[in-house]
Amino acid sequence: MQLEEKLMSSFVAFESEVDTLAPVHDVREKALKSFEKLGFPTKKNEEWKYTPLNTLLKEDFHIFSKHDNTIEFKEVKQYFIHDIDTFKIVFVDGVYNSFLSETTHEGADICLLSAALTQSKYKKVIADYFNQMAAENDAFTSLNTAFAKEGAYIYIPEKKILEKPIQIIHFSTGNDAALMLQPRNLIVVGKQAEVQIIERHQSLSSQKVFTNSVTEIYADQRAQVDYYKIQNDQEEASLIDNTYIRQEKESHAKVHTFSFGGKLTRNNLNFFHNDERIESTLKGITIIENKQLVDHHTLVHHASPNCESHQDYKGIYADTSTGVFNGKVIVEKEAQKTNAFQQNNNILIDDKATINSKPQLEIFADDVKCSHGCTIGQLDEDALFYLRTRGIPKKEAKALMTYAFANNVLESVQIPSVKSRINKIIATKLGVDLGFDV
Amino acid sequence: MLSIDNLHASVENKSILNGISLDVKAGEVHAIMGPNGSGKSTLSSVIAGSEEYEVTKGTILLNGEDIEELDAESRAHKGIFLSFQYPVEIPGVTVTNFIKTAINASRKAQGLDEMPAKDMLKKIRDKANLLEIDSRFLSRSLNQGFSGGEKKRNEIFQMAMLDPKLAILDETDSGLDIDALRIVANGVNKLRNENNAIVVITHYQRLLDYIVPDFVHVLHEGKIVKSGTKELALELEEKGYDWIKKGA
Repeated sequence: MQLEEKLMSSFVAFESEVDTLAPVHDVREKALKSFEKLGFPTKKNEEWKYTPLNTLLKEDFHIFSKHDNTIEFKEVKQYFIHDIDTFKIVFVDGVYNSFLSETTHEGADICLLSAALTQSKYKKVIADYFNQMAAENDAFTSLNTAFAKEGAYIYIPEKKILEKPIQIIHFSTGNDAALMLQPRNLIVVGKQAEVQIIERHQSLSSQKVFTNSVTEIYADQRAQVDYYKIQNDQEEASLIDNTYIRQEKESHAKVHTFSFGGKLTRNNLNFFHNDERIESTLKGITIIENKQLVDHHTLVHHASPNCESHQDYKGIYADTSTGVFNGKVIVEKEAQKTNAFQQNNNILIDDKATINSKPQLEIFADDVKCSHGCTIGQLDEDALFYLRTRGIPKKEAKALMTYAFANNVLESVQIPSVKSRINKIIATKLGVDLGFDV
Repeated sequence: MLSIDNLHASVENKSILNGISLDVKAGEVHAIMGPNGSGKSTLSSVIAGSEEYEVTKGTILLNGEDIEELDAESRAHKGIFLSFQYPVEIPGVTVTNFIKTAINASRKAQGLDEMPAKDMLKKIRDKANLLEIDSRFLSRSLNQGFSGGEKKRNEIFQMAMLDPKLAILDETDSGLDIDALRIVANGVNKLRNENNAIVVITHYQRLLDYIVPDFVHVLHEGKIVKSGTKELALELEEKGYDWIKKGA
């Protein structure tokens, strides 16, 4: 059976597990209709031209997992940022794992979407924010909404500065054969509140797994959101990540996406501005090899005056890997004095690696500063020679150059443990010891 | 120390070096002068092991060992150092981290353990003092935003740290004002001893007022057309390169 049909026919079974009388179920039903109408995108769809889905969608994924997949902390410790104190919301095969988690309701709600969707005290927040930012005309988002049931729920009230970061980790065990996961996260950050979040999807076996994730983030006035996505999954894991961020006046939202693993990774990262003096920062480092594919589709929608956006994506592609960068910036007529910058720099290590880079600027205001730059190249031979004359072997010299190339993206990482972790992943990925810490 | 015999090298089938012979002994300073395009920088790159050039004929011996088959890093491990005319910028890697990486790479190649952190720090401090380098400079990203003088001083600092047997200084005077030139030259002079050798490549004589050579060679069209002592450099300064070109 085709995955699309299978999903449609699984909805009845899904309904038996949720409260179909809750208002949110209307949202699900509507989303299912939308998905049915849209269907999975094909290569004919301009937005999916360079990211073929046919192989992925041919897999016979299980839609529901068994509910008894337990794992020990020591087995998965390496996937946590474990040298600092953090809140943790951990899922195993889509099911919340209380043993690995550390949630709270003191001063902020850091808990589960399943609870928020069913308990009356969250009713208003759910009514106000759930599915209010996500796109209605996107097949994967609609599909996720239709099956929305579990994920992280984070509510940071006004003026609350969360003292420790939150880790959202989705493990898949592979015990159920090929599995499809659809986590749904809702994050609401109140006025002048601050939060740091680290998100990771991690497969624990070589079994195929397909995650279609949707995260909605609302940043109220002067809120600060600092979000890190660590994508370093097994080679049979595919991820479609749909993230929607709505920002209010003078808020600042930053998303760093580190893509080092997985089979197919698609990031749809969308920012919407609701008021003035908003800052949005989108940064990414992609280092992939073999037949891996990483696709970054970004959107910054400038709708109000005096806002800024900064995009900086670096990609390093080896073997026959493929990268896609599609950076869309819309500046509405009202959005005068917008500063929108976009950079995408790429290094192709091997001749057969590919990068498709496309800046897409739609500017309707006349008093703006917008720039974009894109480079595609190989490592500079003169620079390599310079390092080698200092006694640094070719392989290490390449790693050092690659590291230097990606470095300015790491500079803006605010959590030192995350920075050193990413640094280590990069070093491992490049197969060398840099000989020093950052 | 360095013995070059009838060296021919080309890039993309274009011959640049056309039979160079040069003998440099420990404790000596040799200057190689010549007009633009005479092959000076090619000679230094070929000695240091650049893969851009193909050696078509001749030999390069370092302490009697043929180094032609060795890659650039192996030559560095054997004690060859090249100071670049245009040093490369490496954002995110500090001067200190870079030199640590370089020193430990050489030690590893020689089967030694990494230099203990304490010894490394002391060495860095000593050599920085020698070259009048401020400690803040050491925590800046390598060559990024450096002035011409800072870049060259940093090259000589690396030379001091790596303690090479043979140092080739390629146009170290270019882009330097007189004060920077004096500091760089003083640094080089302090590093001179009877166990190492220095080859200074320069277009102008002025650097040789500070780093006084034992021998001067004039390169023209990929060949050494004249050799002599330091007086030859003065003669060149006076008469210009046309004098050599006509004679050749």
